[in-house]
Amino acid sequence: MLAGAFAAAATAAVTGSAWLGLGCAIIVSVGMALLHGFACITHRGNQVVSGLAINILASGLTVTLGIAWFAQGGQTPQLSGDARFAALEFPGAAAVADVPVIGAIYSELLSGHNLLVYIALLAVPLTWWVIFRSRFGLRLRAVGENPQAVDTAGISVAWLRYRAVICAGLLCGIAGTYLSTAQNAAFLKDMSAGKGYIALAALIFGKWHPKAALFACLLFGFLEALSVRLQGVQLPVIGEVPVQLMQALPYVLTVILLAGFIGKAIAPKAIGIPYNKER
Amino acid sequence: MSNRTLPAWIDIGLIPLINICLAFIVSAGVIMLIGESPLEAVQVMLFGAFGYGEGIGYTLYYATNFIFTGLAVAVAFHAGLFNIGGEGQAYLGGLGVGLICLMLDSWLPWWALLPFAIAAGALFGAAWAYIPAYLQAYRGSHIVITTIMFNFIASALMVYLLVNVLIEPGSMSPQTRSLAEGATLPYMYQVFAAFGIEIEQSPLNVSLILALLACVLVWLLIWHTRWGYAIRMIGFNEKAAVYSGINTRRTIVISMCISGALAAMVGINEVMGAQQRVLLEFVAGAGFTGIAVSLMGRNHPLGIIAASILFGALYQGGAELSFEISTITRDLVVVIQGLVILFCGALAYMLKPTLEKLFLRYTLSKAARQDNLAEEAQS
Repeated sequence: MLAGAFAAAATAAVTGSAWLGLGCAIIVSVGMALLHGFACITHRGNQVVSGLAINILASGLTVTLGIAWFAQGGQTPQLSGDARFAALEFPGAAAVADVPVIGAIYSELLSGHNLLVYIALLAVPLTWWVIFRSRFGLRLRAVGENPQAVDTAGISVAWLRYRAVICAGLLCGIAGTYLSTAQNAAFLKDMSAGKGYIALAALIFGKWHPKAALFACLLFGFLEALSVRLQGVQLPVIGEVPVQLMQALPYVLTVILLAGFIGKAIAPKAIGIPYNKER
Repeated sequence: MSNRTLPAWIDIGLIPLINICLAFIVSAGVIMLIGESPLEAVQVMLFGAFGYGEGIGYTLYYATNFIFTGLAVAVAFHAGLFNIGGEGQAYLGGLGVGLICLMLDSWLPWWALLPFAIAAGALFGAAWAYIPAYLQAYRGSHIVITTIMFNFIASALMVYLLVNVLIEPGSMSPQTRSLAEGATLPYMYQVFAAFGIEIEQSPLNVSLILALLACVLVWLLIWHTRWGYAIRMIGFNEKAAVYSGINTRRTIVISMCISGALAAMVGINEVMGAQQRVLLEFVAGAGFTGIAVSLMGRNHPLGIIAASILFGALYQGGAELSFEISTITRDLVVVIQGLVILFCGALAYMLKPTLEKLFLRYTLSKAARQDNLAEEAQS
């Protein structure tokens, strides 16, 4: 995600096109994901170690290259105009804005976000369909539960897992592009700031299901927005809520969930275990 | 290592060496990519890390942190646990050290304060490791994920405490007041000066001795006590450990607490030694570097000391590098660190099959030659 954010901002800054930025971000992010796959699938390395290494690598490499290419202390130049994904106005949004309730919902809630927000929302049903309704998804879930069975059925475990990793890279590339070209107007050092881990938390909180994960994401997004709003505000009874408490809340909630106090999140059985054909 | 086909010197000597070299070659590629000369960079780094007294002092000062966090990761690793939470445990440990020092620093000299500080730091660090360990052992949640979450929670908690509670009254930056003069650990140059030897000034302090002591203790614990035996047994084969009557849950919790306490000793080096107060983000990634150090050092105290010095040199050399060459910053060290973890950790066994083949061919041809010789001698 961080590497994607950097690639998007750098390309968009150089070419002036947000779309080229998005393409580049996806390529770089998929490349990083393939590196992870190469280490974990082909060489059966430890996933945690590999993931950690790639995170650290991206954090250092983006800034190092950023300084060398743009000489602005690790940032990319500010983007404007076509180099960013601008807000999309739905047709007639301005016209219906005065209609009570429906008008406000249509023009302020639904319209006026940038394209990537809608892509993200569309990705949820799409992911659900791919995972739970397509042949690829069935096999993917099987490979997560019992890779031996998949292998016995004559399907390549490694190739399936590689495709899964590529999908992950693709999505993270879009996420990175959103960070640097839509939400912000430049790449900043370590701008992903643990959002990848929040996503992990959201996935677990959503019990490994796209729909529930979307609600977890909305909840965590709400907490973040709330923490910005509540800064310095005195609430009745409790007084001022520390911002840090809000920031820590997603993690705390996830830990509580993991501890089994709110239902149970069941991970795929074969998660994190490299597949060894010979055993 | 059930089917070891390679002799030990290749397995624990040559393969890590090749992996490090690969990491450095890729790093050199990155340096070339940004248009600088790798050779010049290596020269600057080596001189910065070992070329003069102050540089060596800094190298060892960084290495002290990495020894502590590396040992922390190693102890958990021997029990088959991946403690990613060294960062948070060290942060909280520093809080413990800081609190006890702030309470007692006007009454006690440093040598009387040190045992209290160690105990408080260890208690805080162990407590922070205890919760994920408990959840892993008794509630079945994965320790990697919980320790990651606890790093973030620790970070948020410390920001809150330093900004709102522990901040020095009247100060703008979020940090506690400085410790009283006699309560901080003596710097190494002061120790040496007491013996009449002059060395250059650096933040290196007596925590280094503590770190080396911790290495010996960990070595004794892991390889020469019953606890250590239980810990290693769980790491090798948890089921076998259960059948042999080891209380795996308790051992998991104990090993994580030891791990957290070791990580917390970073607080002694930083809070009581170098910074002499509690700062924001004083751990500065040492917890994560500890993972690289432990991987490179193959979870053995001797290996960890060597890897710590290497990473200390990288940090100090990297700092020097950013002074000398304007386009290079400390972030390059982060890149190298990431590459080392990638090659020594994730891709550790990439070369093993190739080397096994080469070695097999070598031994076979040698055996064949000896057979030929024997036949010739018979005829």
